[in-house]
Amino acid sequence: MGSKKLGMWLFIVSDSLTFSALLIAYSYSRLSNPTWPRPFAISPAIIFSTTMTVVLLASSLTMVMGVAAAHKGNRAATVKWMIATMAGGLLFVALHLREWIHLIGEGYTPGANPEGVPLFGAVFFGVTGLHMTHVLIGVIYLGIVATGFGRGKFSAEDVEVNGLYWHFVDLVWMFVFPLVYLMSVPLK
Amino acid sequence: MSSDAHAIEGHAPATTGTFVAVWIGLVAITGLEVFLAYEELRPALMLGILVGLSFVKAGLIMSWFMHLKFERFQLVLWLIPAIIFCICMMMIFFFPDSLRLLQMRPH
Repeated sequence: MGSKKLGMWLFIVSDSLTFSALLIAYSYSRLSNPTWPRPFAISPAIIFSTTMTVVLLASSLTMVMGVAAAHKGNRAATVKWMIATMAGGLLFVALHLREWIHLIGEGYTPGANPEGVPLFGAVFFGVTGLHMTHVLIGVIYLGIVATGFGRGKFSAEDVEVNGLYWHFVDLVWMFVFPLVYLMSVPLK
Repeated sequence: MSSDAHAIEGHAPATTGTFVAVWIGLVAITGLEVFLAYEELRPALMLGILVGLSFVKAGLIMSWFMHLKFERFQLVLWLIPAIIFCICMMMIFFFPDSLRLLQMRPH
């Protein structure tokens, strides 16, 4: 295994522990608060977040196609798949910001909310904000690697390492979506 | 590293169809999670089910999309037990307090 790939795996391990700590702390708060806010109605929050999940999963699929094309030496196809992945990432961020703006409009901020459990806003905006930052960094990283790979400056291994990061971002969302959104849908 | 060894490590012999099938599986599990969210289960039970399903999704992503299935087994032995150990330590220290608080709540 190359040093780049090993380095990325080690980064992923350390970053996964950061998210684990946040999500475990969130789960602790969620279970110990019977009056935890439940602001995520089916429309727009759950429809939006489910769409975001499918978009992020689709971007992982395009990324894996890009890695496969890179290993086959098909530079043009690799760049196209990576651009598709970036588009998925940007769409995810746009939908997420739309969701944030909607919540803020309803009075949910990092420090307060109408349901009176301030910790909710801190946890929600903290966890999703950290994840969105990772997505944005991933989009920039994809742009740099796609440009370099298209010009012959980067190797297929660089694309693969980039792919590891992107799939990790996708993997983290697989925990954030059910724990943060689905655990806070309103009761019937 | 020989080119043959490099071809085995990380270069997935999986086909496009396999990746699409994994993706469909991930979307289906997501659909199941959304369905369960409206079943009004106890929060602790719901949390357990959702975390379990998330681990299944994480396993699929790591195995197929991140090609861990095709890497050397030593890498899996390096990474997975270390992560599980650290997460278990967090769970051990956080959750007893969480569950104790539930029992201390006035009825």
